[in-house]
Amino acid sequence: MQETTKGAHTLVDASRLIIEGLARAGADSFIGYPITPANLLYAYSSQRMPLMLPAPDEITTIQWMTGLAATGKVPVTATSFPGFALMVESINMAYMMELPMVIILVQRLGPATGTATCGAQGDLLLLKGMISGGHPIPVLCTSNFEDSWELSEKAVKMSVELRTPVVLLTSKEEVMTHKSFQLDKLNDIIPVEKKYFSCKDKNNCIYKSYGGDGLVPDFLPVTQNDCQVRINASTHDKMGILQHSNDESMANTRRLEDKNLHCLDNYTFYDYDEQKGADNLIISFGITAAAAKNAVNKLRHDGIKTSLLIPKTLLPVPKQYLEIIEKYSRVVMAEENINNQFGDILFGMNKPEKLRFVGNLGKMITPQQIIQEVK
Amino acid sequence: MTIHTAILNTDSLPFCKGCGHDLIAKNTAKALEKMGYDPLDVIVVTDIGCHGIIDKCLNTHTVHGLHGRSAALGAGIAFGVDNPNKKVIVFIGDGGSTIGLQHIMEAARLNLPMTVVVHNNFLYGMTGGQTSGLTPQGFNTTTSYEGNPYAGYDICALSHTAGATLTSRIIGIGDYSDKLAVAFGTKGFSLIEVMEICPSYGVKLNPKRKLKEIVEEAGREIGEWINKRNAFENQQGRKTNNLFAKVPDIKKVFNSYLKHPMSIILSGSAGEGVQLAATLLSEASIRSGLSVTQKGSYPVTVGVGFSTAELNLSPEEILFHGIDVPDVVVITSADGLAHNKARIKNMKSGKLFIDSSLTVPETGAEIIAHDFRSIGARDASIYGVFYFALKSGIISTESLFKTIEEKGLTDKLPMEKIKVKLAEA
Repeated sequence: MQETTKGAHTLVDASRLIIEGLARAGADSFIGYPITPANLLYAYSSQRMPLMLPAPDEITTIQWMTGLAATGKVPVTATSFPGFALMVESINMAYMMELPMVIILVQRLGPATGTATCGAQGDLLLLKGMISGGHPIPVLCTSNFEDSWELSEKAVKMSVELRTPVVLLTSKEEVMTHKSFQLDKLNDIIPVEKKYFSCKDKNNCIYKSYGGDGLVPDFLPVTQNDCQVRINASTHDKMGILQHSNDESMANTRRLEDKNLHCLDNYTFYDYDEQKGADNLIISFGITAAAAKNAVNKLRHDGIKTSLLIPKTLLPVPKQYLEIIEKYSRVVMAEENINNQFGDILFGMNKPEKLRFVGNLGKMITPQQIIQEVK
Repeated sequence: MTIHTAILNTDSLPFCKGCGHDLIAKNTAKALEKMGYDPLDVIVVTDIGCHGIIDKCLNTHTVHGLHGRSAALGAGIAFGVDNPNKKVIVFIGDGGSTIGLQHIMEAARLNLPMTVVVHNNFLYGMTGGQTSGLTPQGFNTTTSYEGNPYAGYDICALSHTAGATLTSRIIGIGDYSDKLAVAFGTKGFSLIEVMEICPSYGVKLNPKRKLKEIVEEAGREIGEWINKRNAFENQQGRKTNNLFAKVPDIKKVFNSYLKHPMSIILSGSAGEGVQLAATLLSEASIRSGLSVTQKGSYPVTVGVGFSTAELNLSPEEILFHGIDVPDVVVITSADGLAHNKARIKNMKSGKLFIDSSLTVPETGAEIIAHDFRSIGARDASIYGVFYFALKSGIISTESLFKTIEEKGLTDKLPMEKIKVKLAEA
């Protein structure tokens, strides 16, 4: 895909791949507020995004992004937990308004400001419950350089096609590490097609904020003057008018829950490396997936049959993961926290006995740790 | 073409009897109609507060956001609209204007093309009449029955100081549509503070007090303040349409003798070329057919203290890039040694290259002491990777020289001195 010498390597970081991938997929604006370890994403965006604006804080960031999205832009920001926490109410707003945006969440060690330059995978449970009402917000998680490219494209497409904010989840060790990489291995990215509401009768045009065909309403920007647009963060009816809790407005709130779940099959991304006859399954995602791959290679080399599942669509949880888990008598989940957050999401308090957890705090999980748990 | 459609779709607005918000809506409509605006060229952004229930009565586009955030949401729309014929109007209350004060200041500073209409009725009406940041001193509210003990913000002074083209304050009685039209017609940012008394809480708790007197006693001047500034212009500077364009292709032209993965730590002091040395080693290794990972570590004060780089080199693809116990450590200063003492101690084998001025720490690694700093502190780490290449033999020093040449750094680094020292080594 690249204008590069075939087979030639470069020394690049995942931040560069993410921003270029987002831009090619159709993201056109970036609102920035500095925070370690997301600053490379900000720097690259300032060079690449047609519109880049520095915000005075993270609440303003999402508000500006939402305003831009209402005019038809596809905005992006990059942050880490302290900034993300400030954004939560405004992301709820964009979710209720059904406006597209991509929020790159670069995980670092918490709680609070924790350690800015130390990686972690500790924010998944926050994402699981961040929309009031428990409605699902899509979360795609990168586990290697190819993902940083491909999932960036998917995040833009999911965001525009489902009209929802999407979180692209990554971590410090992924976006701040340079690697030798062949750019010509990357797939071509085709820009997202923006589907606008088409007004049949310009003299008597009625645009409803939902209620047409399908679960995802067609978009219409506030920049046109054919048809009135009402966008509302409060509980609202089909006309976008604030309502307390009547049947029509509750149907809308239920639709927001259904929308991302019903369309999930089109946005279910995972790698499943199945080894025939294996009793062991390793599940890992994000930065720990690389260690898991190393572990699986070593285990197979030693004659221990092991399969590997790398979930990339983390939320909403695709049904396939539990179906895969069902096939194995031993399941090892590895994630860089001390409470097995994805395990909590999959099983709640009723974790199966066959499940084992490998976690770490303040340092990357090593392949050896995972191997020990499988053996 | 001007389409004469009413801005309001009803005369019966949803506010309490006697509420000044009713007049703001009607005067806004009158001003826009006088100016000849098509309602769909107007985007009214409201938020949570009594003012925000106006949406359903408007024929304009309406955007209803979070409490106090309408100025930022409106700013986002103003950035995206990019059309001088469109008008972004933000409605906000006195309560909202303090929780979202930064948003107003930012829009004023940037002088964005939008108008903020502050509905200042001296208290939080929707939630029960509590004191707000704009409540005048001495004014009674449901949370200060004996009068607000503290003076309120002067939102106009703040807006003007932040850089708004036009800021004005008016008493919200009668026909003030001309004043609003001036604000709406302003090219940059305008803020108009409309003074009112909430009939449900303000009037009841402050009987017999007149609006004008309250405003006067609070020292809030009725007037207009102007900054002669250009409106916001979108200035983006130079952009690339491909972030890979300047990432150099690195072709394999050398060989490496590395047979197994190797982890390497380079560490020294800030400003002594550690990160550049790491990049040179990485690129030279790629040039020699190896896979590489590289990451830096340094304190937040990047110009002082230690600077460490962690590298993995391998003839195969590298998956896991963490380094627990390194195979090789190259230390070129005391800062670097202090930062890596624990790791060096854990080494049971491998090699420790260390500047000969430093005390050798406890370690199981083979010690190779050398005078790296004699080349000059600034280049100690760069010389360190040359020395490492020479002694380890995993890549050639030629691959490093070629990398320096390809990066256009030949004149910036002491090439001859390095060559002489390598010959001596």
